Order: sequence, then C-alpha cells, then structure tokens
Amino acid sequence: MHPIRKKRLTIVLFLVAGIAIAVGLTTYALRQNINLFYDPTQISAGEAPVDVRIRAGGMVEEGSVIRDPNSLKVEFRVTDFNASVPVEYVGILPDLFAEGQGVVAMGQLNGQGRFVADQVLAKHDENYMPPEVADALAKSAKNGQQPSKAGDAPAY
Amino acid sequence: MWQIFHKLGSPKWFFGIATRLMPWLLAGGVLLMMAGIVWGLGFAPKDYLQGNSYRIIFIHVPTAFLAQSVYIMMAVAAVVTLVWRMKLADVFVKAVAPVGLVLTFLALFTGAVWGKPTWGTWWIWDARLTSMLILLFLYGGVIALDRAINDEKSAARAVAVLVLVGVVNIPIIKYSVEWWNTLHQPATFKLTEKPTMPAEMWVPLLLSVLGLYLVFGWLACLRMQTEILVREQRTRWVREHVMAGRT
Repeated sequence: MHPIRKKRLTIVLFLVAGIAIAVGLTTYALRQNINLFYDPTQISAGEAPVDVRIRAGGMVEEGSVIRDPNSLKVEFRVTDFNASVPVEYVGILPDLFAEGQGVVAMGQLNGQGRFVADQVLAKHDENYMPPEVADALAKSAKNGQQPSKAGDAPAY
Repeated sequence: MWQIFHKLGSPKWFFGIATRLMPWLLAGGVLLMMAGIVWGLGFAPKDYLQGNSYRIIFIHVPTAFLAQSVYIMMAVAAVVTLVWRMKLADVFVKAVAPVGLVLTFLALFTGAVWGKPTWGTWWIWDARLTSMLILLFLYGGVIALDRAINDEKSAARAVAVLVLVGVVNIPIIKYSVEWWNTLHQPATFKLTEKPTMPAEMWVPLLLSVLGLYLVFGWLACLRMQTEILVREQRTRWVREHVMAGRT
C-alpha cells in the first residue's frame, strides 16, 4: 500500500475508534436515563424515585389481576421473578395485556410502595408461533410436561 | 489484486457491468419479494398472541434490516473515498443515501402502525426507536451536506467523514434491545441461535429480506449510472453512449 494511503487509513481508523469510545462512555454514563423502565428488583431495592413520573416494567404475575366490576380499575402485580410490585391502573388495557405477558406501565410510585399507573403498554416478546402450536404447548404443560419452546429465560 | 480494485474504480467499466447485472437483480429481487410477501401475508400461520397483525413483520423487518445494511455499505465506501480517493465510492454514497432514508422511514412507519395495536402506543422514546430515528436524521444529514457543498471533491470528503461518524450508531441500534430496557422486543433472528419462530414464518421472511437486497442492488446500479452520466458528461464515452441511445 502506498504510504500516503496507509497514513490516511490510520487517520480514518483513529477517527472511528475515537468516536466509538466517546459515544460508548457517554451512553454508559447515561445508562439509567436510556433504560426505558425500572424493573421490580430495582423498585423494591429503593432505586426508583418516589412521587416522580417513571416507568415500571416486567411480567404480569399469574393470578394477580383483580378487575373492579363497577369501574375500569385494575390491580395487578408486576414481577421479574425476583421481586414484584403492586400496580393499580384506571383505564383501557391494550389487547395483548394478559397474565404472564410483559407490560411497561407509566406512573408514580407512592409512599406505600404501590405503583399508580396512568398508562399501561404491552411488551411483546421475540417469540412467534402458530395458535395450534401454542395450544399444544399449553396442553402438554397442563399434563405436567415442561414446554420446550418458551425457553428458560423470563420472556418479558 | 490491486489491479481489479483500481479497475473497479473506473466509472466506464462499472457502467457496462451494471447494465448487464441490472435485469438479473430486478427479476430475482421482484420474484423473491413476491414469493416472500404473498407467502407471508397470505399463507403463513397467524401468531397465537397477535393474530394477523404480526404479518407487518414481512415488511418491517426487511426494511429495517436493509436500512442498517445500506448504512454499513456507505461507511465502507466512505473509507474507500477517504483513503483511496476513488470516485465510484463517492458516487455510491450519494446514490444510495436517499434509498436508505426511505427504507428507514418505512421501518419506522410500519413499526408505528404495528405498535399502536400491539403495545398501545405508536411511538415511545426507547433506545431502539430513538436510535433508529437518529439513523433517519443521519441519512438526511448526509443528503443535506452533499447538497450544501458545491465543490465535488470537498463534498465527497465531508460526506465521507459524516458517514463514518454516524456508523457508531449502527451497533447501538443492533444491541439497544440487549444493553438497555426497551419496549421493543429483542431480535427474533440471531446468528448463533435458532430463530424463535417456526420455519413457515421465517422462510418467507428470509425470502423477502433477500429479495429486498436484490431490488436495492438494482436501484443502486440505476442511480449510480445516472450519477456517473451527469459527472462524466464531458468525456467521450458518455457522449457516444448518449448519442447511441438517441438514434
């Protein structure tokens, strides 16, 4: 390679490496701001601020959804299988909201450790399957076998 | 080896190769995309949770994938522009930047259309969506910077530096869903693992991604040819080519 080109190539590589380091350090320093939501472990550890509008995300705990028959009020618990946080919400839930599904709620944490949400969004996971497969998996899970498809990681 | 590399830099040589390649790229691309989209929209099974609305994936994923690939290709061309001062590399960057802009817009738009019924919102400032919006602005910036500088050579260098600065955003888009908590789900396709969807869903998706790559190749050739004709309008071969087309 021609020496001038070699020099230019070195400059270009230094440019890209320098910017990558700068951006990397900036995003690392701002990581809590870039995170969309606090997970239940962070909230129960007291990392989330109280009475400030924040988002909380996790999975809706199985069997925890209580709907008020006279209004749109819903109560449920959001879990990451480590800790869980009670959430209350008044309003219409997205179609995908269900027990065992991921949600991201926006609202405030009150003094009693309850999360009062004014918006609930459903979080979809990366797994797709036809309805027949899902039925078959649910059936085999009922028969006491472990579903092989869903994986071991919490899918929220 | 260097000889082929320098030959590749000759606009006249590229013009001829592109003319021969283009029909194949277009035919193959349209065929694959038609197969993938008809299969995906019409015959693939629906999702157990989202029903039919997940089918936008057959458009959303190819455009989002290409939007990022095109930027990486532009970054490679930018290095060639800066180091070897090859004209053709700069022609490539200028020809494909608007294509990348449109692809990024389509990815954001289809994502919003899907997000409204699925998540409950069409936009959220999470890391994936925001970094994709930055990509849209980067494409816009590349186009604007190129138009703003009249001198061809200084425009080429300025644009190449901007493209290289922006390439840092690509890994951020890719890994945003793993590094931070986001509303956007992690990737369904990973190089090292099996896709988390059945074959009758991912095969049509793969076909439409490959098809869009070929269509992009055709579009890139077409736009590069136009740019070459404009730039080389004073050379003899361009005059001969244009006169031959007229008679």
